[in-house]
Amino acid sequence: MKTKVLIVIPCFNEAESLPKLADELKKVSVPIEYDIIPLVVNDCSKDNTVLVAKELGFKVLDLPNNLGIGGAVQAGIKYAYRNNFDYAVQMDGDGQHPPEELIKILEAAKIKNADVVIGSRFLEKNGFQSTFLRRLGIRYFFALNKLLTRARIYDSTSGYRLLGKNAMAIAVKYYPDDYPEPESLVFFARAGLKIVEIPIIMRLRQGGVSSITGFKTVNYMVKVTLSMLFSYIRKF
Amino acid sequence: MPLIQVIAIIINFFFLLYTSRMIIKGKLREEYAIVWWILGGFLLLFSVWTDGLAFFVHLLGVVVPANLIFSVLIFIILIYLLHLSRVNSKLQQSVTNLTQEVAILKQKLESLEDKK
Repeated sequence: MKTKVLIVIPCFNEAESLPKLADELKKVSVPIEYDIIPLVVNDCSKDNTVLVAKELGFKVLDLPNNLGIGGAVQAGIKYAYRNNFDYAVQMDGDGQHPPEELIKILEAAKIKNADVVIGSRFLEKNGFQSTFLRRLGIRYFFALNKLLTRARIYDSTSGYRLLGKNAMAIAVKYYPDDYPEPESLVFFARAGLKIVEIPIIMRLRQGGVSSITGFKTVNYMVKVTLSMLFSYIRKF
Repeated sequence: MPLIQVIAIIINFFFLLYTSRMIIKGKLREEYAIVWWILGGFLLLFSVWTDGLAFFVHLLGVVVPANLIFSVLIFIILIYLLHLSRVNSKLQQSVTNLTQEVAILKQKLESLEDKK
């Protein structure tokens, strides 16, 4: 039986970068035991993301309200969980996450029997490494994560990640709204899931701008730290 | 009876009338209405019973009567704001769930229509 994989692509105004992504996805030669289905989750884009996605042949979840990245990704995970997918892979629509790295992530999940696989920029010094300040922040999250989960995760803010069925079962019940990546690792680890981090090569975004700049970074650090701490102590 | 007392009683009367009307018209949920009713009741009580404030000020050992009013009201408002934040959080969670459900159903509907 084939392994069903849903690619969850959360999109907010990504009409420009979607065609390129579709093109690259087609070129990826995934082993035949995988059945890859891409799903665009449109988080109330102001451009014609939905039209473009449908024309490109993507399945589309069109959210009627803007939920933010967490809610959009969770919608995709819910879809995957209910339709009995084996894996859900989150992949950004802006071109930062090269589709060809998908194979590495899928293989890692299979070989290491992992519940969560994180595609990490930092295990090998290759490709886009982000700015100095951002790397400093990521080092901080590494320390915090190690403290809370005892896991050594270098790129806890990476959005390129795979969830297995166990992880999906948890994420459909609770998934943070705002900055879900580092926080979700805390409760995945708490649930005893196996988290594996593998090196991948990321690119600079192809279109759009980062949602976190300037003063927002401070806000981000504080908010994520708090939510990680709360996730550490809360009951599920 | 001083003029301010008459004004206070009249305003209070209309306040209670207005909240009742909102409940009857279904614009205010009962659980909130109760809070406003109790608050209105208190205001009415003190606008009728003018010595009431002096009585409590004396009982609690407060020096300036106005301070008692402010402390009590600010405390009530804080608690109520906290309650509203809680309600809001719950609502937000419900909206998130509904939005996701709608999107998933929409997708299902479209794929069924495509099959036809």
